[in-house]
Amino acid sequence: MVMYMLIIENLKVKVEDKDILKRVNLKVGDGELHVIMGPNGSGKSTLALTIAGHPKYNIVEGRMIFEGEDITSLKPEERAKRGIFISFQHPVEIEGVKILLFLQRVLKNLKGIDEVKAYELIFGAIKELGIDESMLQRQLNVGFSGGERKKLEMLQAYLVKPKLLILDEPDSGVDVDSLKVIAGIINRLHKKGTSILLITHYGRILEYLKPQVVHVIKEGKLVASGGIELVNLIEERGFSALEEVVS
Amino acid sequence: MTTKLEDILKAGSLEEILGTALPYPKEIELKGKITKDVVKELSKIKNEPEWMLRHRLKSLELFEKLPMPRWIVGIEELDLENLVLYSKPEVGEVRGWDDLPESIRRIYERLSIPEIEKKFLSGLTAVFDSESVYSNLKREFEEKGIIMLPMEEAVRKYPDLVKKYFGKIFPAGEHKFSALHHALWSGGVFVYVPKNVKITFPIEAFFVIGSAMEGQFEHTLLVADENSYIHFIEGCSAPMYKGFSFHDGMVEIYAHKNAIVKFTTIQNWSRNVINFNNKRAIVEENAYVEWIEGSIGSKITYTYPSSVLKGEGARTTQYVVSLSNGPYLKDTGAKTFHLAPNTSSKIVSKSISANGGINIYRGLVRVIKGAKNSTSTVSCDSLILDEKSKAYTYPHNQSDEPSANLIHEATTGKLSQDKLFYLSSRGIREEEAKSLIVLGFISEILEGLPFEYVEVLKRVIELEFSEVGGVG
Repeated sequence: MVMYMLIIENLKVKVEDKDILKRVNLKVGDGELHVIMGPNGSGKSTLALTIAGHPKYNIVEGRMIFEGEDITSLKPEERAKRGIFISFQHPVEIEGVKILLFLQRVLKNLKGIDEVKAYELIFGAIKELGIDESMLQRQLNVGFSGGERKKLEMLQAYLVKPKLLILDEPDSGVDVDSLKVIAGIINRLHKKGTSILLITHYGRILEYLKPQVVHVIKEGKLVASGGIELVNLIEERGFSALEEVVS
Repeated sequence: MTTKLEDILKAGSLEEILGTALPYPKEIELKGKITKDVVKELSKIKNEPEWMLRHRLKSLELFEKLPMPRWIVGIEELDLENLVLYSKPEVGEVRGWDDLPESIRRIYERLSIPEIEKKFLSGLTAVFDSESVYSNLKREFEEKGIIMLPMEEAVRKYPDLVKKYFGKIFPAGEHKFSALHHALWSGGVFVYVPKNVKITFPIEAFFVIGSAMEGQFEHTLLVADENSYIHFIEGCSAPMYKGFSFHDGMVEIYAHKNAIVKFTTIQNWSRNVINFNNKRAIVEENAYVEWIEGSIGSKITYTYPSSVLKGEGARTTQYVVSLSNGPYLKDTGAKTFHLAPNTSSKIVSKSISANGGINIYRGLVRVIKGAKNSTSTVSCDSLILDEKSKAYTYPHNQSDEPSANLIHEATTGKLSQDKLFYLSSRGIREEEAKSLIVLGFISEILEGLPFEYVEVLKRVIELEFSEVGGVG
């Protein structure tokens, strides 16, 4: 029997009266890496943010099961404590909040790790991942470039070591060098057993990753699921090629 | 039972720390219509010299003549004639904290004032209602010629020194409440720092209003002689009681040539206090005055620390932090007068409005003709945490000097759902997220404060936004 980390059943999501997700079904097995691809406005980010519990996304129907527990109505912080971690496409700036102190707080809240231990873990991770130490004294995302923001998201994920990591376009707005660093961290986490749901528009990060399953989302529906060959198809012929596959 | 700093940091709410007002013995109370006789009586109780009585009577005359400022709200709720105008708690001769009656001592202990004094301060004055009940300057500083005394004692002991400055920096006739203050002033502290003396640790004054329907009119006068340094910290608190009390305090600062004065106020009156402040500094050649005006508590607060840059190269920084959490009003700001060449000022105002709170910034930067190459930067940032709360900004810049450079920036930020969601996705609950965002918003100002005060302040703000503390 396959153990599922995440099961999404018949998920219908509205944002201000607009239907965004229309009956999405998805199963992510323990330790699997799934990729969701799709054109702009297809509902990719909505799916990611709905799983994480953003209050803006209104679930009209369906449910989400995480490790056998229905999390559909749980608060975001409760989902995070159970092991769901989202790396944002556009991480917000929070003025005056030093990153080191923020990371210590995150580790305390999510993992119950005390400040001293957290301090060691943070400096260890920074070294291991080759991230510039001076980042820790800066304010949360304030004045950060796209690449820096994404790296900070990945550093957090690496420290938290979640059960399920949702990556919302980790490759957008990022140069090649940063992309390699980010893909490297994803691979490390995957190897350590984290299940991953990776959302991407471009697919260029997939050069460095080995996903088990690739899904394609269009107009709020998953229209195709398959192996890495789907990525090649889309790269060669664009998302319109899928209509032929589906029909 | 002494409260440790640690206990304050662990307490569930502010009420838990201070509790409700308890009765304590009073020796004298003056109340009723504010008349010449009341003022004379007050002066007699204080055994004042004739010049101070004359000063009070002249101020009373001004109080009667001056109109009520039209922009004031909330004062009408307070019937001045029903207030206790002077309240002297019954304390004998006090040499140490142990000599204070327990009911009074306990209030200071709950705020861990004696502990803070021991560890971090050069000197401390504690004012309870209308009188300084405790005043102590560590001996090493006394030996350097520093004077720190209850204001009344200074009037008697150093009349010439006091007379030179008292009421000269912030005159009685400015407005109705400064006149009232000068007529009824009582309590407060006088500090004189001699030439070239630098006080390494801060001096603190801590003010408590012990009961309802009282007026507190304390007067603080701080004179920093040439090339001296002092950091003065002012804390204000009050237990909860029914009815209101009125605070109409005054701070006068004179910074002589090359002196550095830092003046920090952390006001955390209970929500029964209507707080009116009069604060002004005169800054001589190449001297520097820094105000940090932190307003957290009170029902209504009016405060606008002012710097008069009188000498060439004089500088000032005014940090104004105001938190209105709940149905309260903070009308705050800063004023700077550039009267000499090459003077510079920086005003940073940060206001936070939550749960229906209102913040108003009122500022003035005035550059007179001839104050060549003077510069001023004003930045006013407002953070509004919900739809019910409001912030208004009324800056006023007036320059008659073409070579002066004035910059003004204002921002209004709302707490966005995306910021809250980001933090909640990291396991940080809404209340914790709010205090984190608020502390981040004022971090620039917190950096200038001693560590111990930052810790207490952080805790106070966390309590404000926790479910049990503040208005919740």
